[in-house]
Amino acid sequence: MNIINIIEEIEKVDGEVYERLSPRRSAMKDFYDMGKKVALAAMPLALGSMFTKAYGQTLPSAVVDTLNFALTLEYLEYHFYNHAVVAAPGLIPTGAPFAAISNIRDHEQAHVNLLKGALGGSAIPAKAYTDFDYTAKGTFGDVYTNYATFLAVAQAFEDTGVRAYKGQAPVLKGMPVLTTALQIHSVEARHAAHIRYMRAGNGVAIKPWISLGPGGSSNDSGVSAADAVYAGENLTVQATINIVGINGNAGITAAAAAECFDEPLAKADVLTIAGLFIR
Amino acid sequence: MKDLQEQDKQELVQQERGIFNSPLQRRSFLQFAGASAAGIALIAAGCKKDHGTDMPVISGGVTLDFKDDFGVLNYAYALEQLEAAFYIQVASNPPSGFSTIERAYFQDIQFHEIAHREFFKNALSTAAVGSLAVDFSSINFSDRLSVLNAAKAFEDLGVAAYNGAGVRIKSDTYLGLAGKIVSVEARHAAYIRDLITPGSFAASDVIDANGLDQALTPDKVIAAAQKFVKTKINIINL
Repeated sequence: MNIINIIEEIEKVDGEVYERLSPRRSAMKDFYDMGKKVALAAMPLALGSMFTKAYGQTLPSAVVDTLNFALTLEYLEYHFYNHAVVAAPGLIPTGAPFAAISNIRDHEQAHVNLLKGALGGSAIPAKAYTDFDYTAKGTFGDVYTNYATFLAVAQAFEDTGVRAYKGQAPVLKGMPVLTTALQIHSVEARHAAHIRYMRAGNGVAIKPWISLGPGGSSNDSGVSAADAVYAGENLTVQATINIVGINGNAGITAAAAAECFDEPLAKADVLTIAGLFIR
Repeated sequence: MKDLQEQDKQELVQQERGIFNSPLQRRSFLQFAGASAAGIALIAAGCKKDHGTDMPVISGGVTLDFKDDFGVLNYAYALEQLEAAFYIQVASNPPSGFSTIERAYFQDIQFHEIAHREFFKNALSTAAVGSLAVDFSSINFSDRLSVLNAAKAFEDLGVAAYNGAGVRIKSDTYLGLAGKIVSVEARHAAYIRDLITPGSFAASDVIDANGLDQALTPDKVIAAAQKFVKTKINIINL
C-alpha cells in the first residue's frame, strides 16, 4: 500500500487534503512511525484512523451507510467460512479445497478490517458467528455437514456480494473509496468464479460466470432457494443496446449476452437475502 | 487479418466523419447517459472548442482523451478490442493441449469480449476510436501454457484497468456498466489462473494483504498493453 499514492488520489477530489492533514501533524507522524513498526495487516486500521482524524465527521452519511452495509456482508461471509475452516472438521476436503476456502476466509477477514478501519467510530458493532444462522432457518440444514450444500451457499454469498458492491458504485462515484470498493468487488468475483469451479469439480453443471438457468431463467445455480440471489441476471439489453447477436455476431446468444454482463442488486434486495442468515 | 484491416479502414472513415458531426453525436450520447440538459449544452460547447485545440490527430495512432467519460469509454473499448482479438484467435484454433471444456469456455470468453467490444463501439458511436492493429507475436498460440499466460495477463490487466478507471467516470449509467463488465473479467481471470495453477484464482501476486485486487491508472495499463498493440495509443488529459 502506497500511502503517498492514496493521498495524491484524494487530492484529486479534495484539494485541501494536505491542509486537513497538516493541522493534525501528530496524526501523520503517528502514522509514519507506526508504519515502520506494525505488520502490514494492521495498516488499514492505522490508515483508517489517520483519515478519521483528518476528516473528522466529514464522511458523508450515504458513504457511511454504504460502507456499513458492505461491512455487514463481509462479516456474514467471514464467519461463514471461518466456522467451516475451524469448527466443521471433515466438511471441506483437505488439500486444494481447504486451502482455497482458507484463502477466501482470509480475504473476507481483511475486508472486515479494512472497512472497520475506514469507518472508525462510525462502524457498526462487530458481529460474531453466533449472530448468524447459516442454515437460513433450516433451508440449508446440512450446510456444515454436507460439502455440496456448503459450496452452494458459498456461491450464493459470493455472487450476492458481487451484486451488492456493484449496486453501491453510484453512491461512491468519484470518491477514492470507490476504487477500494471496486478492488473488493473484483476479489469477490474471483471468489465466486472459484467456488463455481469447485462446484463443477464436485459434479454440478455450473460455469465460472453467471449463465442462464433452465428455460432462460436468471438462476443458473441449480438451487431454487437462491432465486432471489440471481433475480435479473438474465438481462440481455444494456443501456438500450441489445447484446444478443450484436452487430451481426450470431455467436452471441442469449446465454452469452447474459453471461458477459453481471447485474447489480439493490441494497434492499441484498438485505432481504442477508436477512435470511441473520438471527 | 484481412477482415480486421478492412474493418480498420471502414472505421477510420467513420471516425473522420465523426469529427464533423461529433458535438451532435455527443449530445445524443449524453442524453442517453442521463446527463442534464444544461450539462449537455456545456459539454457540447466544450467539445466544439476542444476539437480545434487540445485534440491533436497524431498520425498512425489513436488518442484517448481522458478529459471526460468518452476517454474512459474509449479506453475500455481499446482494451476490449485487444482481448476480443486475442480470444478470437484462440477460439478459432485452440492449442492441441486444450481439453473439451477448455475449448468451450474459451469460446464463451471470446463471445463475452466481442460483446463488450461491440457494446462500447455502439455506445460511443462516432466518438469511438478506430480499430487497433494487434501484435501477438510474443504469444505461441499452439502452446497451451503460452496461451493461458497471455490470457491471464490480459484478464488481470483488464480488472486492474477497470478498477483504476472507475473513479474517473462521471455518468452513473457508465459507472454501472463498467461495474457489470469488470466482475466478468475477474471471473475470467480466476478461471484462467486456476487452469495454470489450481487455487491461484486470487493469489497474493494479484491480491494484496488487505484483500484488494489491483487498480492501475490508464498510463500504466496502456504501457503494459502496448506490447500487444501495433497502433500507438496516446493518452492526453489524464
